[in-house]
Amino acid sequence: MKLAVSAKGKGPGAEVDQRFGRCPYFVVVDSESGEEIETIVNDNVDSAGGAGPQSAQLLSMHNVDAVATGNVGPNAVNALKAAKIKVYTGATGTVESTIKSFKEGQLSQATEATAGPHSGLRR
Amino acid sequence: MMNLAIASGKGGTGKTTVAVNLALLLSQDEQVEFLDCDVEEPNAHLFIKPKFESVKEVGIPNPVIDFNRCDFCGRCAEVCAFNALAVFQEHVMVLPELCHGCGSCAYFCPQKAISEHDRTIGVIESGSVNRIDFVHGCLNPGEAMSPPLIDAVKKMASRDKMTVIDSPPGTSCPAISAIKGSDFCILVTEPTSFGLNDLDLVYQTVTRLGLPSGVVINRCDIGDGRVEEYCRKNNLPVLLKVPFDRKVAGLCACGEPVIFKFPAWQKNFKQLYDQVRILVEGAVYNEKNDSY
Repeated sequence: MKLAVSAKGKGPGAEVDQRFGRCPYFVVVDSESGEEIETIVNDNVDSAGGAGPQSAQLLSMHNVDAVATGNVGPNAVNALKAAKIKVYTGATGTVESTIKSFKEGQLSQATEATAGPHSGLRR
Repeated sequence: MMNLAIASGKGGTGKTTVAVNLALLLSQDEQVEFLDCDVEEPNAHLFIKPKFESVKEVGIPNPVIDFNRCDFCGRCAEVCAFNALAVFQEHVMVLPELCHGCGSCAYFCPQKAISEHDRTIGVIESGSVNRIDFVHGCLNPGEAMSPPLIDAVKKMASRDKMTVIDSPPGTSCPAISAIKGSDFCILVTEPTSFGLNDLDLVYQTVTRLGLPSGVVINRCDIGDGRVEEYCRKNNLPVLLKVPFDRKVAGLCACGEPVIFKFPAWQKNFKQLYDQVRILVEGAVYNEKNDSY
């Protein structure tokens, strides 16, 4: 399965970004092997609005199956549902440690928003 | 036949007070059109007290996708400047609150799968009292985009009358929608740091729009002299200075225009208008002479 992790930098060693729509990078890995497939630059960091759905669209274009992040807002959750991408929230630490937590089933799958709209703009 | 906009960078400086008193004064001699373009919080009707005769819904065109035609190519999302569309492998998501109604998505859709349907964002109410024709817009709560409603309010204006426009505060899209196309902008401010900062912003804005302007300093006896100094430096005429008066504040709180209770204010507003007229006519005169 192709798993994307919202990150502050490139590669598996990067710190996880708590924001889904406005994280600067998505590190995409093979969830079974843990190997990096690619790092996607997310241009929606500074978008005026709609960062969540646009980021979901970006992941959809890269055929991602699931995403692990800190929190997701209401529009992002609906967009990810429409894109048939599973969402796992509560990720912390690095991309590597997140993959580990994911494999061990420690991340919870979110079916609704874990943060309010525009939360990603507040930091 | 003049189109006069009352604007301010800072909110709560007295735009509506100036606008309604000026309109009421002018309506003693001629037919006046009053457009309350502060559609997020229209309040001029509280002072002018028109009898509303008609209500009209205003909408902006939002995209509706025909999924029998859509092949999820993503072109609509690509051309949308406001992120109002997101395209996935088997779905298109429309975010109505981000849509500006520009129509690019429908225009560029290769499959002609997008049609546009109006989504109501507010209403226009119009009516009259004595010699004032009154129009205002009321934006629905939660709507973020007021310019289409402001444009609709302005379209209701007839061109052959003295028109007074009460603008929303600030210098962003709503304020610009309200003031653009006017002959003169009265900038209402107060002699405080916030007043000065926001006067600078709005003066730069109207100047860039090519609109002549002048300043009303409200509560002129508080704060300091920096606003007047700013006006002097920029050759920006100070049209009227209004001292702080508890009795005036009390009248405003009751929805009573000042000019009827304090006749001295009729003279002040008359002088304000005369100065504006001279400035506008002077500008027209200069323009004519420049072209020779």
